[in-house]
Amino acid sequence: MQVYDMPDKHGHFGPFGGIFVAETLVEALEELRLMYEKYRHDPEFLAEFAYDLKHFVGRPSPIYHAKRLSDKIGGAQIYLKREDLNHTGAHKINNTIGQALLAKRMGKPRVIAETGAGQHGVATATIAARLGLECVVYMGAEDVKRQAPNVFRMKLLGATVIPVESGSKTLKDALNEAMRDWVTNISNTFYIIGTVAGPHPYPMMVRDFQAVIGIEAKQQMQEMMGRQPDAVVACVGGGSNAMGIFYPYIDVEGVRLIGVEAAGHGLETGSHAAPLTANSPIGVLHGNRTYLMQDEDGNIVETHSISAGLDYPGVGPEHAWLKDIKRAEYVAITDDEAMHAFHQLCRTEGIIPAMESSHALAYGEKLARTMSPDQVVLVNLSGRGDKDINTVAKLSNITL
Amino acid sequence: MSRIQSVFAELKAQGKKALIPYFTAGDPHPDQTVPLLHALVDSGADVIELGVPFSDPMADGPVIQRASERALMHKMGLRKVLAMVKDFRETNQKTPIVLMGYANPIEAMGVLQFVNLAKEAGVDGVLTVDYPPEECEDFNKQLAAAGIDSIFLLSPTTEPSRTELIVKQATGFLYYVSLKGVTGAGNLDIVEVKKRVAEIRGSTDLPIGVGFGVKDAETAREVSAIADAVVVGSRMVLAIEQSDEHNLIPNVQALMKELRTAIDSV
Ligand SMILES: Cc1ncc(COP(=O)(O)O)c(C=O)c1O
Repeated sequence: MQVYDMPDKHGHFGPFGGIFVAETLVEALEELRLMYEKYRHDPEFLAEFAYDLKHFVGRPSPIYHAKRLSDKIGGAQIYLKREDLNHTGAHKINNTIGQALLAKRMGKPRVIAETGAGQHGVATATIAARLGLECVVYMGAEDVKRQAPNVFRMKLLGATVIPVESGSKTLKDALNEAMRDWVTNISNTFYIIGTVAGPHPYPMMVRDFQAVIGIEAKQQMQEMMGRQPDAVVACVGGGSNAMGIFYPYIDVEGVRLIGVEAAGHGLETGSHAAPLTANSPIGVLHGNRTYLMQDEDGNIVETHSISAGLDYPGVGPEHAWLKDIKRAEYVAITDDEAMHAFHQLCRTEGIIPAMESSHALAYGEKLARTMSPDQVVLVNLSGRGDKDINTVAKLSNITL
Repeated sequence: MSRIQSVFAELKAQGKKALIPYFTAGDPHPDQTVPLLHALVDSGADVIELGVPFSDPMADGPVIQRASERALMHKMGLRKVLAMVKDFRETNQKTPIVLMGYANPIEAMGVLQFVNLAKEAGVDGVLTVDYPPEECEDFNKQLAAAGIDSIFLLSPTTEPSRTELIVKQATGFLYYVSLKGVTGAGNLDIVEVKKRVAEIRGSTDLPIGVGFGVKDAETAREVSAIADAVVVGSRMVLAIEQSDEHNLIPNVQALMKELRTAIDSV
């Protein structure tokens, strides 16, 4: 059997990935790559990471059989990987702990992060507080408005939140601004990127830290069912929760891997955030080569999704590769479909999912409907919806 | 000999240093780009760096970001930038033009088509900020085949072993980024710049330009004592931003004269 072994030593996933940054960042990335190589198999580092995942995050996150939902859908059994139960409410914390432990070993007293929905910002502020690191979070000015509770959470945790006023004032601009900060403060600062994007080694490193999701799921499915699921479904913004659950399954035959992008108002409207599903051209942004939503001049276009965490014009390079080699499939779910799945899970299972995760759920339900009751669909419930209640209320014209 | 090489050879013979202004094509308005190019030449530019606007200029500070945004509002794109260079070349065959920008607009056009159109337009050099040498070997070969120089950045964090790698691929001149930061940031440390430029000279005979922190005539003078070329970006763009359509050219030329005088005084 062929063993999946990506990326190559330059961070390339076939034609994707790589290191596309200004010269000032090249040495910093090389330093990070060497440190990560040194620690990724270091027993002491791994033990510390595992300890925090267990005692600080509350892992392993359970797998839950959504029986009532499955019955209601009438098809395959739907299982949920409960990343929503993690400390801070999403999968993001897995990765921030890994990177913050590296920052500590590299002697960097200051960490920075970009955030869209604010989940990664909160997760970074959380671990920075716990390790006594200075924390600065860049957030698009639009998102600061949309996600006020998370902004306040970050401040409570001692972080400085800087609203980014350039470009479209969303996640991609926050990433640009974080990169600019990093270039300027390179000697004392560690940049904690929140998804499997950015220049090498970030896509690989973030995937590895998030792979705990898939490693646990594989073991838990074996224990619960004595078998693996027929399909694993996860939402894709940059793609970190999806890579985390997909990665340990790549070499497992018979398990379909399905990434769910945000179709926004519908792919045909152009108002979406689904570069893979919409067959966007290949391009270079934020340090890597990948599929990218852009106009004919190569400028990045504005994206739309109801969920800030999926509102990103690119996608992690490994997803681009998995699409090309046909190991994973990519589909898209509209705002309306995601909202429907959101309310349905609230009322059928007593779980309020994040709006991002609701995209994965919506597709998981669609898929389950076409399958038989003895089949299994595992949906990665990447986060909880507490952060989204203002948005949901607003959609129903309710002021909280 | 490329146009860039000729300019540096000529200046060297005269014992002079090059002044390289930067501005973003299409800023403040596409109609003013070609007149600005000529005005810069008339007021002492030896080489011009013409910025290709991009939606996500990660290596640029706020001044050049705003220039990019203004240009994009007028739907400036790479194709139009190339058309402007072609227009400029109709009456100027001497002053080298270096396009400075990001990889994605080039990839969107297609590398081969870009190189062909750039050659046809009369572009002399290309500096792609987010193409480190490891990621653009092919592009470099195609530029070389078209007789276009590949300009590379060296930074305060570039290790000597990387300097060797970069100078091997660079042609025309080298661009030393004088500070850790984005364009227009902070103040450059002239002692540090002097040390680094001397080190780089040990690895190459290419002329060395210094930029990213040249904010006034005094800094330009100090830098010109060390380097072969002084690159002035954000300060130039700021002058453009602070002008209206009537005083744009006079303001830019006044700044150029100040810089030229300072550089020539060394
Ligand atoms: C709950 C949740 N799920 C998913 C995402 C999307 O990120 P990724 O695709 O990297 O998992 C986010 C991002 O903010 C999130 O908060």
